[in-house]
Amino acid sequence: MLGALIIVFREVIEAGLIVGIVMAATRGVAGRGRWITIGIGGGVLGASVVAMFAGVISDAFQGAGQELFNAGVLSIAVVMLMWHNVWMARHGREIADEMRRVGTAVSEGARPLTALAVVVGLAVLREGSEVVLFLYGIMASGTSGSALLVGGVLGIAAGAAFTALTYLGLLAIPNRYIFSVTTWLIALLAAGMAAQAVQFLNNAGVVVALDRTLWDTSWLLSEKSIFGRLLHTLVGYIDQPTEMQLMVYIATLFATFLLMRIARPSPRRHAPAAAE
Amino acid sequence: MRTVFAALGVIGLLALVAAPARSDDYVLTIKDHRFTPAELKVPANQRVAVTVINEDATAEEFDSGALKVEKVVAGKSKGVVRIGPLKPGRYPFIGEYHEATAKGVVIAE
Repeated sequence: MLGALIIVFREVIEAGLIVGIVMAATRGVAGRGRWITIGIGGGVLGASVVAMFAGVISDAFQGAGQELFNAGVLSIAVVMLMWHNVWMARHGREIADEMRRVGTAVSEGARPLTALAVVVGLAVLREGSEVVLFLYGIMASGTSGSALLVGGVLGIAAGAAFTALTYLGLLAIPNRYIFSVTTWLIALLAAGMAAQAVQFLNNAGVVVALDRTLWDTSWLLSEKSIFGRLLHTLVGYIDQPTEMQLMVYIATLFATFLLMRIARPSPRRHAPAAAE
Repeated sequence: MRTVFAALGVIGLLALVAAPARSDDYVLTIKDHRFTPAELKVPANQRVAVTVINEDATAEEFDSGALKVEKVVAGKSKGVVRIGPLKPGRYPFIGEYHEATAKGVVIAE
């Protein structure tokens, strides 16, 4: 039972971190609860469909279907995250001013909530499909299944609790800093996802250039440990990155902040991230 | 065990007949949440495609940080894992859903 709990928990926290960050980034925005719920619901539904067609997806494109699918899902999420940050760079200041004036956020919900709902949905879909396959396997195996199933369900519950913890932790950040913190979190999230996506393309045999491993820090912090996984999702930590992954990571960060700078309405305003 | 090897041998022979002289005919079979062979030898410094055949009814995730692969193989199905080019050495992998038993190592030489 404990084993099942841990396996499911590991998958759920990766999506949970993303949901927690999105919730923090949209705090006080009207209608965000609905969008996040739609995102999670859509993700669960999508996860079930993906799990159901796992064999078909895997066999597509000469056996590279799963890799291409993952790369596609991650790429869309990267674009959505970048779009959110660029949008916030353009309009964040008005919202921040408004928050300072009224003491609480009362923005009109004009923010790109759809983009973040898509990110939530895709995160849940990706990790969720693995949970569904795992739990389905338990159920299919029959007799000894019930204890494992309880473990799996507890794992989901623990993952949800972790999401709430992430959110509450981020809420503790003062209003003044919340925008820059979530901007950075989202930029790093996007860069990490892009680096993951390019490795999936490598596994699919599409992008095979620059595939030498640059370093190995798995002795220090394994990407497979719980903390390693958290860092992997949060900032894109990879214990054995390839040259291509590092390049894509840096390029994504650079592109995000460059686009944000271009989108920023007043050029006179000090750009805190531009120096990086 | 011997039957599995025999079966693999037959599969190998069939593969030779069906698709002669392909360099990437490497096969890992999952049965009872174990990999066979547990040690898979592949040539170093070239890309290799390994077919993972899952004979169990339950799904398995072929997972290796060293090989940079995460791949779910549904129950009673197979998947292709592309690895390399690898420097000579040992590259461990696991089946993430049954970590206690499902483990093995790719040896590049």
